[in-house]
Amino acid sequence: MNYHWNWGIFFDPNPMGTGTYLDMLLSGLVLTLKTAVLAWIIALVFGSIVGVMRTLPSKAASWFGFCWVEFFRNMPLLVQLFLWFFVLPELLPKSTGTWLKQLPNAPFWTAAIGIGFFMSARVAVQLQAGIGSLPRGQKMAATALGLTTVQGYRYVLLPMAFRIILPPLTSEFLNTIKNTAVAITIGLLELTGQARSMQEFSFQVFEAFTAATLLYLLVNAVVVTAMRFLERYVAIPGYITGK
Amino acid sequence: MFSNFDFGVIVRALPYLFYEGMTFTLMLTGLAALGGLVFGTAIALMRLSGYKTLGRIAGFYVDFMRSLPLVLVIFWFYFLVPYIGQWVTGASRPISVGAFASSLITFIMFEAAYFSEIMRAGIQSISRGQPAAANALGLTYAQTMRYVVLPQAFRNMLPVLITQTIVLFQDTSLVYVLSITDFLGAASKIAQRDGRLVEMYLFAAVVYFTISCIASFGVRRLQARIAIIR
Repeated sequence: MNYHWNWGIFFDPNPMGTGTYLDMLLSGLVLTLKTAVLAWIIALVFGSIVGVMRTLPSKAASWFGFCWVEFFRNMPLLVQLFLWFFVLPELLPKSTGTWLKQLPNAPFWTAAIGIGFFMSARVAVQLQAGIGSLPRGQKMAATALGLTTVQGYRYVLLPMAFRIILPPLTSEFLNTIKNTAVAITIGLLELTGQARSMQEFSFQVFEAFTAATLLYLLVNAVVVTAMRFLERYVAIPGYITGK
Repeated sequence: MFSNFDFGVIVRALPYLFYEGMTFTLMLTGLAALGGLVFGTAIALMRLSGYKTLGRIAGFYVDFMRSLPLVLVIFWFYFLVPYIGQWVTGASRPISVGAFASSLITFIMFEAAYFSEIMRAGIQSISRGQPAAANALGLTYAQTMRYVVLPQAFRNMLPVLITQTIVLFQDTSLVYVLSITDFLGAASKIAQRDGRLVEMYLFAAVVYFTISCIASFGVRRLQARIAIIR
């Protein structure tokens, strides 16, 4: 191999004047995490609403939930980000569109919203499955106790369902983190983007990508470990995963 | 809002979009699914082989691939494949690999990790009595897998395998980061040439949506049929 290795490159100053190349990668990591967390909050809020709607007796509500899920699941994430970023501002009234385009940090907000809505469809499907896995008696008992539908979901069904679907939700959160890399296409300088620009500035391809890979593995390990503790903490007694 | 929406742009671009772009996307999807299935089955067999080291290597590969974003893996292979080619062929400098070959290798290696988990679940879903009976009939390990276990595992997992292929079909759009002319790449090239982002991206979205919708509708019907037969 005639590749010139140089592992010291991380401590060389980067051409942006923002410290070393390592600082550049770490700022990318921070942006990846920020985007992922905001997207995950959006995904959880909308996914929960839509997931619950799919289990309601109302035909209209479950039809809306079905359309939501199919809409966001059947388009590549990259295309969805392009729609949010390039197409939406053109379709809005002129003044709103211009305001959107001139928003500072537009790639960040677009990525968080786009990935959030994309993931919300998956959260909705998981939650629907979780509610569906509860015995029918749970809902009946809630009704028999005189709880309204809202109270039934709030106090009986959702606390159970969320604890059951915690493991799949963990992997969806990991997917959210990984999906932030797609936002490189709308100019978000997250971890993969920073690794790519480090490669372009320094020509040290494999060092840059190795560092990014290790950082992704680290984030993955931290999230998996944290979620395992959370899973043990909220486990439902009597279930296989319970204490 | 849609006041200067120009359908003509789309119509004029259709031949380019489908002959150049969609052919690339579909070829890449098909070949990557096939290759991913073959390698994925091999990895699943390694994990279930009972040899600890073999199983650990396979497990490490799957976990490793699944914790990385696809975009990063695409970049990795794009830069790595020329060097691997040089190493394999013994050439004096990194060989140049075409865009299609590079992305095909990437997607096969990446999808193999996901397909292997599906095939592992499929193999584990078959009752113990089946391989035991095959053993009693005097079949070798290879014959047991070839004639008894894998056909059933494949069949049970067919809906999931196709669903994963739909995901793969959508994910191939990410070769955009290498400026390759797949369907989305073709759409974006026209969009930038003619300054018609709205029309081209909306059209691309509609096409992806329609194909994925039809495919997942097919999966649902298939699932229903398989469920009845079993």
